[in-house]
Amino acid sequence: MSTPILEVRDLVKLYAAATAVAGVSFSVPAGICFGLLGPNGAGKTTTIEMMEGILPPTSGQVLYRGETLGTRFRQEAGILFQKTALQDFLTVRQSIALFRGLYDRGLTVDEVLRLCALEKLASRDNRKLSGGQQQRLLLAIALVNDPAVLFLDEPTTGLDPQARRNFWELVQSIKAQRKTIILTTHYMEEAELLCDDIVILDHGRIVAQGPPRRLLHEHFAQVLLELPRQDFPAAARALPLNILESSDRIEITTDNLEATLRTLLAAQVPLGHLRIRPANLEDLFLELTGTELRT
Amino acid sequence: MIHRLLAVLHARNLEFLRDRSTLIFTLLLPVLLVIGMGFVFGGPERPLFKVGVVAPHIDPAAHPFLRERYVEFIPLPQAAQALEKVRHQQVDLLVDLTEPPRYWVNTDSPKGYIVEQLLLAAAPAAHREPVSGAALRYVDWLFPGILGMNMMFSCLFGVGYVVLRYRKSGFLKRLYATPLSAFEFLSAQVLSRLGLILFVTVILYAGIGAIIGFHNAGSTLLLLLLACVGALSMIALGLTIAARFSSEELVGGLLNLLTWPMMLLSGIWFSLEGSPRWVQWVAHVFPLTHVLDAARAVMLDGAGLAQIAPQLLFLGATALAFLAFGAWSFRWRID
Repeated sequence: MSTPILEVRDLVKLYAAATAVAGVSFSVPAGICFGLLGPNGAGKTTTIEMMEGILPPTSGQVLYRGETLGTRFRQEAGILFQKTALQDFLTVRQSIALFRGLYDRGLTVDEVLRLCALEKLASRDNRKLSGGQQQRLLLAIALVNDPAVLFLDEPTTGLDPQARRNFWELVQSIKAQRKTIILTTHYMEEAELLCDDIVILDHGRIVAQGPPRRLLHEHFAQVLLELPRQDFPAAARALPLNILESSDRIEITTDNLEATLRTLLAAQVPLGHLRIRPANLEDLFLELTGTELRT
Repeated sequence: MIHRLLAVLHARNLEFLRDRSTLIFTLLLPVLLVIGMGFVFGGPERPLFKVGVVAPHIDPAAHPFLRERYVEFIPLPQAAQALEKVRHQQVDLLVDLTEPPRYWVNTDSPKGYIVEQLLLAAAPAAHREPVSGAALRYVDWLFPGILGMNMMFSCLFGVGYVVLRYRKSGFLKRLYATPLSAFEFLSAQVLSRLGLILFVTVILYAGIGAIIGFHNAGSTLLLLLLACVGALSMIALGLTIAARFSSEELVGGLLNLLTWPMMLLSGIWFSLEGSPRWVQWVAHVFPLTHVLDAARAVMLDGAGLAQIAPQLLFLGATALAFLAFGAWSFRWRID
């Protein structure tokens, strides 16, 4: 088996008041999109920043192509942080040119502008970009060195749906070039669309690891039935079914669809607004990390 | 390495040149100060005679002349330096009252003539040594101080706040994720600021020379070298403050803690001659004191490279020491 492009071994990060990451190990094969998922405070950003070499771990190791992070990693990695400010008074082109000048090799500024659809914004002051344009510029900067591995830390947080979909298309085109992508995200739809392999973190530990389809198959042999809450009579809550209530809907999980439907019909539950769907990554996420609010 | 340094240098220069309000303020403040100070202090001299006495201190009982009213007697133990003051008419007359009494008077100075008559009335046998030289205006003496003060603020606050802003905004953290080293980043900041300061200083030197004129008895190239080494030392001092901290209040406080003593004790506005020895000792800890001592020696007395070598060495050594400390303690990100 070939050496993974990135390998994380027993990574721990302790702060004075808390344990951010409590012994995490996984490896990332080259050419895939690898997702780090988890609720707020689960340790995603701390883990990715240790993988980027930005944050020193308390213990454990991160290996890039079998070696500890060093000059080669810095030359071959592209990084998009959760929050980044650029130098004031520079245009989009000049901002990209600044970062291009920091690497020994990479794409030309024009190639990067074209790749991220920024040609028409090349002369604009980088402070006068919309949220989506700003993220495209930061992605362009992360791509100037034509990286072998690209880190994206919650890249679409705060973007409107159009900008988010536009960004996903960009990431998919980068993925098509067989580059390795490490992605953290809150959006399960994003992870489901982009990631080939995921790790779900909670309280600094891995609670699930593997390709999304396999994880769903392992955790959900059943299907989900959704009904509006107002359509579900109070008496029906006593039925021998696996019922989960939320503010506006009732979710029933079952591995015998026909029998469940018969039970509901016998209890005279109106099924006009019934929706049947397979479990998705969000269901898996909630099942593994719970539904209580994280601060 | 050089291409990384040049990329950061170029971007920093663009950032500064496009920040028009800061650029205009940087150029305008010292011009206004020089014109203002020249206007306030460049008028007629105060109606008081100043007589230098070649002695470590003044004892009025030692000679009747030392009891004259309306005359300020200043002890000047170093005869050679005292003579320069007579040449520049900074004192109206210099007297050595040890037997046989001698005095030096500037033949171009009207006040020197009057105070000479007072001396001859009290000591008719005193031997006359004529000296000549044009009067030194306060503005000539002040001019190096203004240039030095402008350099000091630009070096300390310009670099200190820029690095702090980069750190707080996360821009430094983004640079840390690239192959750029702390030394390359700091060198680019130093060079960018040095280029800017030299540019502004040259413009001010030429502009103020054209507006109000000033006296320069020495080499302009030597002054440029001095500005270069002095600015390096003060930029590096600014970097030591900005290298580590993330709080604007703390960095602002520390920079004020440095600039105010330098403003008061480095001899920008007035000479420290006659002040207590400990004050002079403290003043010589500051790079600006050495810049101003050397600049005035070149501009007013025509000093050459050899005469200002001690100041150049001090400034060069402190520049290296501050830069090494800054690079060693540099933090890319907020912990």
